[in-house]
Formats: sequence, C-alpha cells, structure tokens
Amino acid sequence: MGTTPVLKVEGITKSFGGVQALKGVSLDIAPGEIHCLAGENGSGKSTLIKIISGVYEPDAGIIEVSGRRFSHLTPKEAINLGIQVIYQDFSVFPNLSVMENLALNSELMDNRKIMNYKRARQIATQAVTQIGMDIDLDERVENLSVADKQLIAISRALLQNAKLIIMDEPTSALTKREVKALFDVIKKLQTRGLSILFVSHKLDEVFEISERYTILRSGEKVANGSTGELDRKTFAYYMTGREFADEKYVAKNIGKVPVLSVKELTLEGAYSNISFDLAAGEIVAITGLLGSGRTELVETLFGILKPDSGEIAIKGKRLRIKNVKTAIRSGIGYVPVDRLTEGLFLPQSVERNLIVSILDRLSARLGFLRRNALAETTTKWIKELSIATKDPELPVLALSGGNQQKVVLARWLATDLSILILNGPTMGVDIGAKYDIHSLMRKLASNGLAIIIVSDDLPEVLACSSRILVMRDGVFVKELDPAKTTESMLSELSTGIA
Amino acid sequence: MISLRRMTKRSEPYVFAVIVALSLLIQARSGQFFSGNNLVDLTRSLIVPAMFSIGCMMVIVSGGIDVSFPAIASLAMFVTDKVLLASNYSGNVLLAYAMSAGLGLLMGALNGFLIGFLRLPTLVVTLGTSSLYTGLMYGAFAASASDVPPSIANHGKEILFTATNASTGLTSNMPIHIFILIGALILAFFILRYTMLGRGIYAIGGDEIAAERAGFNVRGIKMFLYSFVGLLAGITGIVRISMMSYADPSTMLSMDMTVIAAVVLGGTRVTGGVGTLIGTVLGITLMTMLSNSLILIGIPTYWARAFTGAVIIIGTGVTAHQTFSSRRRRSQMQKAKA
Amino acid sequence: MAIDTTDKKKIPVKMRKHDANLTRLFVMLILVFVLMTILRPNQFATVSSFNSMMRQFPEYGIMAIGVSLTMITGGIDLGVVGVANLSAILSAKFLISMVPKGAEVAQVVPFLIIAVLISVVTGITCGLISGILIAKFNIPPILATLGTQQLFTGIAIGLTNGRPQSGLPLLYSKIGNMEFFNFIPISFVVFLVAALAIGVMLSRMRLGTYMYLVGTNPRAAKYAGLNNAWILIRTYVLSGLLSSVAGLIMMARTNSAKADYGAPYTLQCVLIAVLGGINPNGGFGTITGVTMAILILQFLSSGLNMFNNISNFYRDVIWGGVLILVLVFNTLLTWNKERRAARRSMV
Repeated sequence: MGTTPVLKVEGITKSFGGVQALKGVSLDIAPGEIHCLAGENGSGKSTLIKIISGVYEPDAGIIEVSGRRFSHLTPKEAINLGIQVIYQDFSVFPNLSVMENLALNSELMDNRKIMNYKRARQIATQAVTQIGMDIDLDERVENLSVADKQLIAISRALLQNAKLIIMDEPTSALTKREVKALFDVIKKLQTRGLSILFVSHKLDEVFEISERYTILRSGEKVANGSTGELDRKTFAYYMTGREFADEKYVAKNIGKVPVLSVKELTLEGAYSNISFDLAAGEIVAITGLLGSGRTELVETLFGILKPDSGEIAIKGKRLRIKNVKTAIRSGIGYVPVDRLTEGLFLPQSVERNLIVSILDRLSARLGFLRRNALAETTTKWIKELSIATKDPELPVLALSGGNQQKVVLARWLATDLSILILNGPTMGVDIGAKYDIHSLMRKLASNGLAIIIVSDDLPEVLACSSRILVMRDGVFVKELDPAKTTESMLSELSTGIA
Repeated sequence: MISLRRMTKRSEPYVFAVIVALSLLIQARSGQFFSGNNLVDLTRSLIVPAMFSIGCMMVIVSGGIDVSFPAIASLAMFVTDKVLLASNYSGNVLLAYAMSAGLGLLMGALNGFLIGFLRLPTLVVTLGTSSLYTGLMYGAFAASASDVPPSIANHGKEILFTATNASTGLTSNMPIHIFILIGALILAFFILRYTMLGRGIYAIGGDEIAAERAGFNVRGIKMFLYSFVGLLAGITGIVRISMMSYADPSTMLSMDMTVIAAVVLGGTRVTGGVGTLIGTVLGITLMTMLSNSLILIGIPTYWARAFTGAVIIIGTGVTAHQTFSSRRRRSQMQKAKA
Repeated sequence: MAIDTTDKKKIPVKMRKHDANLTRLFVMLILVFVLMTILRPNQFATVSSFNSMMRQFPEYGIMAIGVSLTMITGGIDLGVVGVANLSAILSAKFLISMVPKGAEVAQVVPFLIIAVLISVVTGITCGLISGILIAKFNIPPILATLGTQQLFTGIAIGLTNGRPQSGLPLLYSKIGNMEFFNFIPISFVVFLVAALAIGVMLSRMRLGTYMYLVGTNPRAAKYAGLNNAWILIRTYVLSGLLSSVAGLIMMARTNSAKADYGAPYTLQCVLIAVLGGINPNGGFGTITGVTMAILILQFLSSGLNMFNNISNFYRDVIWGGVLILVLVFNTLLTWNKERRAARRSMV
C-alpha cells in the first residue's frame, strides 16, 4: 500500500431524519484499480456514491481524494477533483447529436456562453478516439443503442480529466456481447491509470472485472478484500446475512398433456420456427442474449405481439392470441422485465396494483366493484407471498424492489393461472428476495403451475428450471437438462462462441 | 451533412410540400394567389402570429407549454396605450415598444418564477396567469377598444413598399413591421443555435435531469425563457395596434391555440427537445394561408374555422404517426444490433 | 383489515394527502362563504341569491366534470365548449324548423324529446371522434381536442353563419328553467345527477379504476390486460355527453344557441379541475373535490357581483390568483413529504 489511494473514505456516517443510512463506512481505491461496491437495496450504496460525488454531505467522516482531505464535497468540487459518476440512465440528451452530448459538459465547465461548433467537434472527435469508438457525430443520440449511449457517457466523463469513474449498475441493460465490450473499455481505462468504482450486485461481474470489493449491508461495511479470495456462497452471505443452500428444481408430477404447445412460430426480425411444449409442473427456462428474440417470443405468447405464422395451442386447443386480454383469459400471466414502467402503477396503492387484472371477476353486474371481495383477495395474497407492507392502501412505490416484484406476481397468481411467464424474474431484486422468489417458483410448479422463465442469469437458470431452451438469433439452438449442464456450456451456446 | 434519409424523418419538408400544394391549388382556382398584392396581404397577416410563435416554439422545445402570451401581449399593450394617451404622448414610438416590452417581460417573469423555481406544471400555471392578466385588463383597467397615440398610428402607416395587383388593381402595403419580425427571428435563431443558453433550452427539453447534472442552470434558463416570451409578446402587442391603428384588447386573445397548433404542425415536438424556427415559420404560413386564402378557393369564410380544425387534426395525426413509427423502427433497429 | 384511525401516525401517507386536499378545499369553501356573508349580509346568504347561483354553475360545472374525467386518464378535453355549442345548435335547428308555431303542448313534447336525443347523440359522436383520434391515432390529447374544438365550433359557425339560433318553442325554456319547490332549478338537479353518477362510477365501478390506472401508467395498463383504447374512448365519449347536456342547459337559459357561447368556459373548467385536486398528469382526483371547486368559484363570482364597484372581470383575476396560490401551496406541501419519503427509501 505504498501509493496514495485515489479515493479513501473513513468513518462515513449519514442519517436522514432519524433513519441511519450509513454507519462508519470506510473504503479505499488505489489508482488504476477496479473496485466493486456491492450491496442490496437499502444497504446504503447509493447514499455512499452520492456523498463521494458531492450530492450529499456526510454527517461525519472524511473524504480523501489523492491525499487531500475534505469533510464534504460539492458536485463541482468532486468533478474538479476528477470524480465522475455515470448514472444508470446515462444522463444523455436523446434529442441532441452525439457531438453536442460529448461537448456540452466541458463547454459548461469552462463557463462558455457562446456555442462554437468547430471547437465542439474537435472535443467530440478527441473523446471518441480516446475510447476507440466509431460513430457518426451528427447522429441523434436517441437513435443509438443502449451500449453506445453508455460509451458516450463514459467518453464524456473522460473529457473532464477523470481520475475515478463511478459506474452505477452499468450492465443492467446490456447484452452479453456489449458487456464484454464495456469491460474491454474499462480495462483500457485502467491502463491509463483511471480507477473505476463499479456498483453491482451481479456476482459474475464482480469476479470478472474487479480486483477488490467492498460489501455494504444495512449501512455498514461488512466485508472487503480481493475478489480472488471470494466465492459465491460467502458473497451471498455477506450481502444478506443469511446462508443459502444451493437448490435445484426437480420436477415431479409433470402433466401428461402439454398445457402449452407452440409449433413453428415465426415473427420476422425476431424469431423463427419456434416449437416447444410445456406441461404443468415444469419450469422451462429460455435463455439467450438480449436480442436473441426471447422477449419477443414470450410477448407473443402473452398477446402483445402477433406472430407472422405458426400455431399456439393451450390445453390442446388451437388459439389465436390477439391481445393481452385473450392471453389472460387463456390462463397466461406475464411478469415483464421492466417492472417499474411495464409492471407497476407506482403511485397507486398496493391493492390496486394487485387486483388490476381480476377486476372482471371481482365486479358485479353493470361493473360495480365488489369491495369486500377485493379486500379479501388482497389480504390473502399479501399473506401468501409475505409481501412486506404495513397497509395495502400505501402506494406501491414505497416498497422495496423485491416486494414490488412480489406484488406483480400476486397479480397473476390471483387470476385463473395455468401458465406463468416471468421475464427476468429477479432483475433489480436483492439477493434475499431473489431466493424467496426462486423458492416460490419451485413451489408453484410443484403445485401444478407451468412456468416459463426468461433469464440470462445463468446460476438462476440452472437452479430453477427443469428444462433449458437456449435461444440464439431467433432460434432455439439446443435443449438441455439442467442437471447435466454447466454455466460455461450455456454461455458458449448463447454466444455461439466456443 | 444533412443526409437525404434524415430529411425524410423530419416534418418541415412535408409542411413545405403542403404549402406549395395548397398555393398551387389556390392559384389554379382563382389565379390570384401569386399576385403581388395577395402575397403582401398574406405576409401582413402573419406578422403578429409569427412573432407569437417564436416565443411559443422556444417554450415547447424546452418541454413546456405557454398559453399566456396573448394575454400578456394584450395587457402590456393596453396599459402602454392608456398611459401614453393619458399623458398626451407625441414622441417616438420606440418608447411605446420599450414600455410594452418591459411590462411583458415582468409578466413573463412571473411565469418563469413559478415554472422555473417552484417547478409548477406549465400548462396550468400559464392558464392561471392568462386568466389573471385577462382579468386585470378587463377588470382593473376596464379595457375597451380605444384609439392609439399619434406616434403609434403614424408608425403603423409606415410602409416598406406597395404591391399592386395587375388584374384587380388592388394595392397592398408591406408594413415596416416585417423588419421587426425578421429581427426577432434572427435574434431567436442566434440564441437557440449559438448560445449555451439556447442549447440549454434544447437540452432541458431532451432530459431536464441530465441538463441539471451537466451543469446547466435550469432555473435560470427557464426564467430567461418565459421572460423573453413576455418581452416578445409585449412588442407584438404594439405591432398589432399600430398595424390596426386601433387598440382592441380582445383581438389577440383567441390566438393562443392556433399559434400552438402552427408550431406543432411545423415540426416542434410537444414533448420537447425538437423543433426549428424554419418549421415554425412554415407552420404559421400554412395556418395563415388557411384562414386568409380559403375564400380564394371558394370556401366561404364561415367554414374556414372548421377547415382549420380539420387541418390541425390531420397534421398532428401525421406527425404523431411519424413519431410513432420512427420509434418502433428505432427499437427494432436496436434489437437487431444487439 | 381495520386501520387504526385514532392514531394519526398510522394513517398511510397516500390517504392522508388525499384527505388533506379535500379538507383544504372544504376549509376554503367555508372561508369564502363566510367572507361573502359577512361582507354582504343581506345579499349573499339569501334564498334568492342561492337560487341564482344554482342557476349559473351547472352549465360549466357539468363541463368541468367532463374535463376532469379526461384529465384523470392523463389527457385533457379542450373541446368541451365546441361540443356543447354544436349539439345545442343542431337541437335548436331541429326545433326551429320542425315545431309548428302555436302548437299544443302535447304536440311539442315529442319534438323536445327528439331534440334532446339529437343533442346527446351529437355529444357522444363528438366525444367518439376525439377519443378515436387520441386512442387510435396517438395524437396528443392537447392537440387533438384543440383541433376538434376548432372543427366542431367551425362546423357550428358554418351551419349558422355565425348567427344565433332563436325562436325556440316556449315549452323548452319553460321546462328548462323550471324550479322545484320554487327554489331548486332543474339544471341544478341535472348537475347533481351527473356529479353523483360520475362520482360513483369513479369510486365504485370498474371503469373508474381503469381510468385511474390508464392515467397513471398506460404502458403498465396494457401489460396488465387493460384495453387502453376502449377506456380512453369511453372517457371522451362521457366528456362529450356531459358537454352536450351542458349545451342543452345553456340553450334553456339563453333561449337560443350560438356557435361561440361560453368561450371562457374552457379555461375555467381546467382551472376548476386542477383546483379540485385533479392531477394534470393523470391518475388522481375526485368529483367531490371538483364539486367543491365549482362551488368556490360560484361563491366568489356571485359574491363579487354584489360589489357594484368591482367589475366582474376581477373574478378572472381572483381565479388565476387562487389557482396559482393553490398550486404553490400544494407543491410546497408535497415537496416536503416527498423529500422526506424519498430520503427514507433511497437508503
């Protein structure tokens, strides 16, 4: 530990109106180090980031940047010290060109009043060359892919002499290929002496990219060290404080007659000639990279998209699923991948979110709601799924990610469900709730539900399914038995790279 | 640098095409459209709405919507008129412009404060201030149609040139106010394109949070924006009454919706972040053509409003369809790339 | 699942805010009432004054309910006045041309019934058009209803050359201005029925819940199996229906129909909705709140009327001012609550 750390925080404490967010947290990052900050929702990691970047002031503690000590920072100071944060939404301007997105920040920092396009172009060109990106500077950013937008955010950060780049869950919307590209960029930055603070809860990434880690739980630092010495079980233990057994799903009582039968389903530009059967009691995992067509496939089963050709049969009967309502009536439920925008009505009550799809059933003639029935249903499912909420009238946005996901699940379980599709069942859900949801899925399947999960979380796929279908470029490339499969096999099949 | 492909995605070329088509149609039916005097009349009619549309467009680009500009223009011009009449003012018309502009600026600044600092929703705030200002005008100032001071009237008579229609012998005068419009357009263009303030307006319209994070002074920019709209409105008020040589407080009040419709027809997105002055001018031209020139293709004036409504509906329908399908194309492209 | 209401701390945040809004409105209502009564003791709180108020507010009150519905679904209906006038004009034209002069009461009645039907059907059709433009063509509601307002008003102007349609059968205004117990105007009863019906729909019927949900998050609504288009279309149809009823009331009061009656009502309705607690972004608001806002406006308006030296137009000033104050107040309050809640959840 000869070199001065680029960032060191000691004894950081912060409370908000009586709620303690951080208690005496310490962390240090050396120059050129890739450090992972991990923790569940509520662990305090976002608060810590905001303190480091100057958005908040700590109640106590010291922030030391390259040897200079501060009791707190302002955002401008943090930027001047070389600390840059890349938020999950990248903070880009979709309506402006790449060039402007890259140049505006530095122009503003230099207190420019007049826009000089020639200078902006120079700045932008310099930025993209640094990263090694080949892109049309005049293209509107809204037309770019998520990964490109992220690269723009990173290039922009570099323009301001960053010494430490903090990335908040950078891989959540990226395909495996793009994640690899991002990691290459990160390694390149490392060779230039930059440090990266990588906030993530995905263990594989923690292992793959970072050298050291710090784990927060309930506002305290519970572990730190080199990632080389860490293993999955210990990681999960530190994150949640609980021990987890490695479970697998062994399907019993598989129904004889397939409850869902798909034959040669094709949708141009998404998937082609998809055929498979699903029986009660099975959990089939469809895995593949983002873009393999898996979301389009399940959304077709749910009535959001319409196939160009092919057949879908539910319980032996051929069916044209022309809209979501038809799908629901056929007993299909769908937990979408983007919970916040597609799954929930955030400011509305837990109860409303829960009963939204069964209002038909719970209303009398003329459409009058049967209030008692609604309240009973809500109470029942809150108890069944152990949803942690004091009152079903509270807005659902007050719940944690895991509990929110449970509300969405409850919504479907309350319908007349035979087939449940979950896209990214534990995305953005903390490890504790993740295992809860896995156990729940296994229990539901054992009780006769047919489940399809779409996931690229390979351990999740292996732990929860009775059958795996690997999808690549719109087709199923292989069907596997999870008991005989390893993560690396899945990874190779998904990417097509041996 | 503007590829042909990118051109087809924008609305401005379509509006232009519609204008051309409409003018040819009118010309065919009446032979009068391209006559000098008709074109001058047309230009004369669009000066006031066009001046309104500049500020209106800037607000919509920033992601907001302002319906109070006619009320600001009316109140500012009315107070100015009354004060100058009462003091028997006979000096230069510039004072009238300055006064009205100043009053407009203050009124707009109230919007800027409520929207920029208190972050209240734009439509409702401007509805409120519109009501406030209209009420003040009719209530506190007991506004009614009145004359204008001589300098304003004389100013109104200043003309750039006269155009004569060869066949009908009718003449139309191009008012000097066209320079004010051109000046305002140039100023707005410069601000929007070449100042950080202007780029900030686009940035805020694109993603306000990102703009804040990038270091834009969002509150200050909004304050400037709405004050600027007020200033322009005040100037427009004087332009109006001098062109008419008559101060009627109610004439501008119904313009809010047609100006907004014109701005949107011209390609400015209601959601913000996208829009050009050229498109706005095209939109205003189209709307003005519709209200003025329909009589030339035999649509009686009584049906003009219905016709305008239909055009707004069709125009916004097409724009909405464009945004919709380009969004779908974009997400498909993104999926394909991944 | 009983909630312990005696301990204020346990009342959930959402309900508290909702009730707080209504309480605030109620307090304002009482204040205005008391103020007006004190300032004009012999004029304001009298039977004739109330009677006069009850005759005035149903016109715009019913339209305000329609606008509120559309705002709950995240949109807005700026065309209410156009629809009202167009429906009234079509009814009026029918009556004027079809009812023979000096006809017997019994003969006129069926014509009246048909005229009401014509108006209602027009309102529904206009609402249908707006709804389709918004739901199927994806035109933003502000623009779509702006366009339909121009279109419908324009058609009304075209059909009448801008002139008022008068000469309606006397029976119409007799019935239209009828008062129960010599006190309660029929238009007030109509308003009451409309407010109750829509209020019940919102709070106790499926469609009401669907409206709130679509207004909150249309994407999630689609994924939950809601038919957004159908819900929106029904919303605008209801708004159109309510507008046509308002038009009939206006026609009864003025004994004529004209294409540009009630032009300031549009703005007024939006202000009422927002003052009444309808969230302009959609998803929240009640008819109770809207009704209280209507009453507040009417009290202010009638009260001001009683001051001879204050022009009527001051009402607009007060309106604009009150609206802004309410907005500011609401925002500051929510800010504090949200900031506290956000900090707690961000940990």
